[in-house]
Amino acid sequence: MSVLAKWVRAFGAFWWDFLVGDTPELFVGMIVVVGSAFLVHSDRALAVALVPALAVLVLVASTIRGRRRV
Amino acid sequence: MTTSAVVLFLAVFGASAVEMVEALTIVVASGTARGWRSALEGAGVAVAVLAAIVGAVGVPLIHLVPLSALRVAVGSILLVLGLNWLRKAILRSSGHIAIHDEDLIYQKTVASLTDPDTGRQRVARDSVGFAVAFKGVFLEGTEVVLIVLSLGSSDHKMLLASLAAGAALLIVTIIGVVVSRQLSEVPENAMKMTVGIMLSSFGIFWAGEGAKIRWPWSDAFILVLIALFGCVTFLAIELMRRRFPAPIAPLVPETVQ
Repeated sequence: MSVLAKWVRAFGAFWWDFLVGDTPELFVGMIVVVGSAFLVHSDRALAVALVPALAVLVLVASTIRGRRRV
Repeated sequence: MTTSAVVLFLAVFGASAVEMVEALTIVVASGTARGWRSALEGAGVAVAVLAAIVGAVGVPLIHLVPLSALRVAVGSILLVLGLNWLRKAILRSSGHIAIHDEDLIYQKTVASLTDPDTGRQRVARDSVGFAVAFKGVFLEGTEVVLIVLSLGSSDHKMLLASLAAGAALLIVTIIGVVVSRQLSEVPENAMKMTVGIMLSSFGIFWAGEGAKIRWPWSDAFILVLIALFGCVTFLAIELMRRRFPAPIAPLVPETVQ
């Protein structure tokens, strides 16, 4: 394997581990939160309430899931 | 100074301090076991490389990438990072995973670096001590670089973010010199929890700004998000303690201070 390929692979592995790692639910949750922000941004009141609430939901769900894996 | 600038400074400072305490443990262990010259050289080179990365990546990032796209990307990264730190801090505070024990890490690192043949610690310059200190500072510092780049670029405050990280480096170094091996005294989980709350709040704020959400009270809404995540964290710890009793006892009981 060439040096460049090794670097690319290591770079990809770093980002995979950083963003997904052993908590894929947080990565999926982030996509849902950001996606919902784009979907509802025109309705200000809904966006201001929904986006933080979804993030809180993701946090609580991931924490409970983390407890089950111990 | 605006609200977001103050919170940005505190967030970068806190995140940097937490990571630097972890790096300091490795540097002190390396210095004790293999000699201080190599350990300090390794740590110094790692800091220089990390600073160069901030300069090389950060400046083009601000000038070349459209601000709204940058904010969505930065907000997403900060959200994943912040929620992950917060999740671990809640699980640690509720006793579901062990508290990060810097003394144990220190002892293990010293043991692994001490010469097994003579049983004595080396004092001359050597490559192993350099490499261990470099790797420790570089790996722990990578998250600091990402946080500095993310928070600094999203609000065009790269200098402020870099200064916050520099201040954390200075203070943690002074603490390291003063307390040396008593790094376990640093309330790392409480710090990590606080920073997790800040990073999650910034993540939602910037991702929302990038998606064209008009937050009430502009930058001051970050404080509302911080209050929200603070309350949720407190309630989540209580929930985990009461509804899901811990299978293991935490090494050091910690709660939200």
